Order: sequence, then structure tokens, then C-alpha cells
Amino acid sequence: MKILVCITNVPDTTSKISFTDNNTKFNTTGVQFIIGPYDEYALSRAIELKEANGGSVTVLNVGEADTEPTIRKALAIGADDAIRINAFPKDAQFVAAQIVAVAKTENYDLILMGRESIDFNGGLVHGLVAEALGIPSVSPVMKLDIEGNLAKMAREIEGGKEYVEATLPLVAGCQEPIAEWKIPNMRGIMSARTKPLKVVEPTATESLINMLAYELPPAKGACKMIDASTPEKLFELLKNEAKVL
Amino acid sequence: MSILVFIEGVEGEVKKSSLEAVSYATELAKKKGVATTAVAIGNFSATALSSIGKYGVAKVLHVTNDKLAQVNVMAYATALAEAAKKENAEVVILPKSSAVDAIVSRLAVKLNAGVVTGAVDLPDTSGGFKVKKSIYTGKAFTTVELTSAIKVITVAKNAFPATETGGSAQVEVFAPAIPESDFSIKITKTEKATGEILLPEADIVVSGGRGLKGPENWGMIIELAKELGAATGCSKPVSDMDWRPHHEHVGQTGVKVSPNLYIAIGISGAIQHLAGVNSSKCIVVINKDPEAPFFKAADYGIVGDAFEVVPKLIEAAKKL
Repeated sequence: MKILVCITNVPDTTSKISFTDNNTKFNTTGVQFIIGPYDEYALSRAIELKEANGGSVTVLNVGEADTEPTIRKALAIGADDAIRINAFPKDAQFVAAQIVAVAKTENYDLILMGRESIDFNGGLVHGLVAEALGIPSVSPVMKLDIEGNLAKMAREIEGGKEYVEATLPLVAGCQEPIAEWKIPNMRGIMSARTKPLKVVEPTATESLINMLAYELPPAKGACKMIDASTPEKLFELLKNEAKVL
Repeated sequence: MSILVFIEGVEGEVKKSSLEAVSYATELAKKKGVATTAVAIGNFSATALSSIGKYGVAKVLHVTNDKLAQVNVMAYATALAEAAKKENAEVVILPKSSAVDAIVSRLAVKLNAGVVTGAVDLPDTSGGFKVKKSIYTGKAFTTVELTSAIKVITVAKNAFPATETGGSAQVEVFAPAIPESDFSIKITKTEKATGEILLPEADIVVSGGRGLKGPENWGMIIELAKELGAATGCSKPVSDMDWRPHHEHVGQTGVKVSPNLYIAIGISGAIQHLAGVNSSKCIVVINKDPEAPFFKAADYGIVGDAFEVVPKLIEAAKKL
């Protein structure tokens, strides 16, 4: 089975977010970049499926040269090879077009990625890719088993789960608990240095959206403390002051 | 030209988030001087559909195809794209939800539309078409300009109020052609909590963390939630330890909520948890550790033992 895992290179979840250049650029100072947490679930499941069924796992990232440490980490976790599309991932539709261009020539059985990136939280790329390829897409997938040519999945819905099936090829947006994250071992880290990482120039796409500017939410006011001996005061305040009850 | 809005239902009724999307759509339509048409797919009661008119929609297209009783992502995207073409829609508005998240990208491809998910405010149409959305899991916002002829927007929950303006809607049956290949995803089983207030939809959320010490102590969380008409949530460790089901996990990698009131009990407030709640209008934190980082993000706080404070709150809530 031939699996493609698309990963994002995003700020660590504990990062403090700020902007530079008159709020038009993300401030990378002091920020640690990681594989998107949802993408890492997808990658972990891909490696498990490869271990069980044979085949290959290729990781793909749309990013400039500075994303290579993140890609190497994915190789250390167990992907066989990597493709970096040499471009800034300007928006979901641009990223999807790059994945589609690769997928059209490679005929993957399974294209996995996170349910959304944790920077722009669009949650669009899996559906965009699948629609362009004319194949099914399922998200957010929390369980994925392959039986022959059939993918059996559980997806999270509001207040529960839905079990779905579809034949391969398909695209899945993944989330926990689809697999346990894998900690790369020393052998993995050593071999990641020599695994193939192909750099491909991007295909041109029609631009449909532009990010104009960023802003931070207004600062939160001080927390009003209520004495633990009179917690019922809380409801008075919620009712009369905050007006949320 | 017109604006199209997608109506999502639950057990035959229109979801609150859909009414918010309708108000968003009609407000935008007013700005642009165009009409709004709603599209509902699947089983709805006749009164539910005509009542959408109260929110300013004159026409509702009802797709009654039996094969669409359950959400089928590919077929729904086709039906919506056909509706958009029929109505010559310039903007398609959808309420953000787990189903819509999966549908909207496919719809955007079919319409060659620019797409923004989770809009928190009405588009600025004073020069171009600009929409604000939250990014970095609620830690920031961005303004996105859509330059395509057709635009697709999903509206974040609880970001725009549903407002009745009066009127009634004409319901028209709409039967778009849907290719058989759109039914290649088969739903084999659905497990859904019934009778509960659903977490992503709730106006009030009561959440518990590791401070509650074990699943056997959730009775008081559920009771407080019941008294307040709230949904119950939990922190990631609690769902990881299987004290509570995964669909209750609030946070960076779980459910993101944006209720009017979020009450966190025995949750310290890790940055990943805050990412799931920072769009809440009002946050209350109850924790016995005065140094818990959650207090910094809270509007109201009580430093105290949950096992003493919560029973008192339940008693007080009964008198509300």
C-alpha cells in the first residue's frame, strides 16, 4: 500500500503568538516549529498500517527550506521518503493544488493528513485534494483500519461517532486517538539523515484569497475572585454583571 | 445575484448555529441589496422550515432525497453546488460544524470559490470582500480578502446572533441530480448521545479536570450542568484516562467551544486547554490552587476545593 502523509510545519502548541511588519508577518522569534499535532497522528497511523500491510509512506510538506528539520523528524519517526514543495504555504487552496499535482502522478492508495493545521485552522486541505482528485474524503477520522481495498473508519461527530466505509483510494483528515504518537529512536534519527528528500518547485495556481493582516485578541481584564465560602455570589455576578445567565 | 445559506438540522429541527448563519446571510444580503435563499437537506418538519422565514429568508429550497437523510459529504456538496448555480449565488454561507467542515472544501472546488472557515464577523464589503476569522486556535485573528467570483464562508458558532426580523418563507422542493459516485462513502453505524445538550452547540459548558480525582466524582459536574442547562466537557487528561468520552474533550486537539459561559472545575488551564475555550464570552475557574494558570484567562474565579464549592453551587443553581 502506497501512503502519502501531508504534514504542516507549525508553531509548537505552547507558543506565544505575535506578529511583525505592521501585523502582516508571523513573528518566528523564539518559536519552536513542530509537525502539526493532527498530522503527527496521521503519520503515526500511516506507519502502523505500513508495518501491518507492507508498502511505503511518503511525507509531503509545502514549505520553504526552513521546514526541513520538521520533515527530517517525520522521516525519523518512520516515513520512507519525503517531498518538499518549495513554496510558502500561502493558503489552503494553494497547498491543496501542490498535493494534487504530486498525487496525480503517484497514485497513492491513501492520502492522510491532520484534520486541520493549528496555525490557520482551516480544515480544508483534505476535502480540496479529494474533490480535485475525484475520490472520497473523510474527516475528522479517529479510527482507520484497512481490509483489502476497503477503509473502515470512525469519524467524530457532535456528541458521538459515525462509522463509515469507503474503498481506496481516499483522503482522510485525522485526529486522536487514531494512533499513539511515535517517539523516534536513535536508529530512526540516524537513518532520517540519509533518507531521500526531494525538493519540487510549486505549480502555479489561481489565487482566490489573500491574507491581509493579523491581530491579537484584546487583552483579558483581571479575574474577579469570589470567596469560596459564598460561591452562590458567583451566579449573582454572572446574572447581573456578566449577563450570561 | 443572491446569497445562499445552508440549513443543518437535528432531529427535524433547525440547529441554532444554522439560524445564526441565516441571520449572518440576511444581514450581508441587506448590505449588498440582494435576496437570501436557504437550502435544507434531509428530514425537516414543515413548520421548522417555514419558521426560517422569521429570520429574513424569503425562500427555502428543500432537498428531500431519501438517500440524503444522513449527512453524506460528497452528495451534500453536489446538492449545495447545484443550489448555488440555480440561485446564481455570489456568496454561500454555512454554519461551522463537523459536517460542514467536511462538506465546505468540496463545495468550494465545485464552485471555484475562495473559502474562509470560521468567520467571526460580517464581511467588510466597503472595498473588496474581507472576512475576519480566528487563527492559531483562537490566539489571534486574520483578515482574509476573497477575490474569487463566488465566495464560500462558514460562520463560527456563537459569533453572530440569530435575530428574528419577522416574515415567513416559501418552501420549494429542490431535486438536484446527484451522481451515484457521490455515494461511495457508506455510513454503517452512528453512536450518538441522546437527550444531552451537545457540547459544540451549548450556551453554557461545565467542564471538569483531573482535580475531580476520578470518573466516579462526575455526578456533581453532570448535576450542576443539568441545573444550568449546560453541556459537560473535560480536559485532555480526563479523556485520555477514559474518565469521560473523547467527544467531551475540550482543547487544542479536542472540541473548540465558544459558549456564553464556560465553567472550569479542577482544570489547571494548560495552554492547550485554553486554546479550546478562549472564544468563550465569560470564563469561570474553580480550582483549589490559587496559582493555577487558568485564573489568568478567567473572568471570575473561586479558589476552593471542588468537593465543597460545587455542591453549594448546585444548591444555588436550583434557586435560579
